[in-house]
Amino acid sequence: MNFPGNLGRFGLRFVARLGASFLFLVQALAGAVKSLPRFHLIIHQLYSVGVLTMLIILVSGLFVGMVLGLQGYYQLVNFSAESSLGMVVALFLVRELGPVLAALLFAGRAGSALTAEIGLMKATEQLAAMEMMAVDPMTRVIGPRFIAGFIALPILAAMLSGVGVLGGYLVGHGQFGVDAGVYWSSMQNGVDLVDDVLNGVIKSVVFGFVVTWVALFEGYDAVPTSEGVSRATTRTVVTSSLAILGGDYVLTALMFGGL
Amino acid sequence: MSEVNMFENPIAQAKSVHFSFDQRSIFNGLDLQIPRGKVTAIMGPSGCGKSTFLGLLGGRLATLAGTIWFDGDAVPQRKSDALYVMRKKMGMLFQNSALLTDLTVFENVAFPLREQTDLPDVLIRILVLLKLEMVGLRGARDLMPAALSGGMSRRVALARAIVLDPKMVMYDEPFVGLDPISMGVIVGLIRKLNDALGLTSVVVTHDVAEGCSIADYVYLLDSGKVIGHGTPEEMLASTQPEIHQFMNGLPDGPVGYHYPANDYLTDLRS
Ligand SMILES: Nc1ncnc2c1ncn2[C@@H]1O[C@H](COP(=O)(O)OP(=O)(O)O)[C@@H](O)[C@H]1O
Ligand SMILES: [Mg+2]
Repeated sequence: MNFPGNLGRFGLRFVARLGASFLFLVQALAGAVKSLPRFHLIIHQLYSVGVLTMLIILVSGLFVGMVLGLQGYYQLVNFSAESSLGMVVALFLVRELGPVLAALLFAGRAGSALTAEIGLMKATEQLAAMEMMAVDPMTRVIGPRFIAGFIALPILAAMLSGVGVLGGYLVGHGQFGVDAGVYWSSMQNGVDLVDDVLNGVIKSVVFGFVVTWVALFEGYDAVPTSEGVSRATTRTVVTSSLAILGGDYVLTALMFGGL
Repeated sequence: MSEVNMFENPIAQAKSVHFSFDQRSIFNGLDLQIPRGKVTAIMGPSGCGKSTFLGLLGGRLATLAGTIWFDGDAVPQRKSDALYVMRKKMGMLFQNSALLTDLTVFENVAFPLREQTDLPDVLIRILVLLKLEMVGLRGARDLMPAALSGGMSRRVALARAIVLDPKMVMYDEPFVGLDPISMGVIVGLIRKLNDALGLTSVVVTHDVAEGCSIADYVYLLDSGKVIGHGTPEEMLASTQPEIHQFMNGLPDGPVGYHYPANDYLTDLRS
């Protein structure tokens, strides 16, 4: 065993990949800007990245909201505070669970698909063929996907929060008989547009950026074999999940902790 | 035509090109010229760097030292507008066709036109059908790439490679994995297109028989250099040991059959 040596090699590889990923980001952003006028390409990607992820987001959102309704009610009823159920469910979702859960699901559903798609395009020489047709893959392939991922996640996160609040209502009102007006008004009074909603949106924008970046980079950087693409896909899910959870802590501390 | 004549105005040339992947040297002083208007075969054993050479020629890889020339200009060593302008004069057929899997046959061939020109749809349609007819696949225009056989996808890729009317077309192992009929079709197409469209063709292959049957001129690569060149007849008649071994497919000669190893008996007993 050569622990220090291995650690050093690992460190060097890590730094090299980090550098490569930033270089990729610069090129991808330039490609994204150039692909802006190609509206139909972006729409096409919005469909495969966003619309196809919607179902899992909506179903998950509903269940999470229902669980929040249950757990929230059991706790609040001890203090006879069940009238605050709407606020508790909404705050949890808008501040945390909406952006974080949507981003995790997005990484698993859309991020992995992006990595596999780009990796296979590389392995089957489709990217090289585009290069030889004088078409820049950064503009034609990477750019529209970057924009789509960046736009899709905030919308998906908002959907997850919305459906979640509805799920909380179904449980709170339907199962426990919390008054409908009380549920909705406590939510309206307790959730601040800037402090809560805007901060949640900022989170999901940041996560959308990071997940799409990771997914596209891993695909573009994949070793062009079946094993290489499979490893890259795994790395996308692992890396983006860690980035989402770690990033969430940092963002929450900055936004709500006055750090 | 005499050799002097053939090389009067080469369309491309490599001048003492050095290249390596990481630490591994692939070329150390590669010199060759691609005669204009001819079919040139670049042959050599697998892994000798034939595909790498096409990567250098197309500017997808950068040389360590030396220069590659194409049509009077040095091939730019990094992504640039000049490189993309140059690539519009090149077509390339990749080893596994590299068709865009989410587009139909028609849209694959139309792809370079849609990306590079502002031609109206009617004109694009005519140009695409013209090229598809040349490769005999006008009837397959609505198929997806997954529905094509190996030989068919290679012909679609060929139609795509010539749709912008390039000056030079590069073929990476165009004969690999084809049945005898498809192979004959591709061999015929390369020659026919080269002569009918006034192209220059560079065919990379390890297949001596097909390479010689199609080429006007042959380069043989090994160990990072050109080890022999000449017309197919000259090459086949060569008595130079390395050339003789490769051209006749002999298992042993200057190029050993065995990967270097320690003594066989000692190895078995240990
Ligand atoms: N991207 C790469 N990274 C590292 N080594 C490579 C890469 N591509 C090819 N090689 C190696 O370079 C050598 C030449 O490859 P190639 O040009 O594909 O050979 P061939 O003559 O069979 O087409 C091979 O030994 C191959 O393993
Ligand atoms: Mg090869």
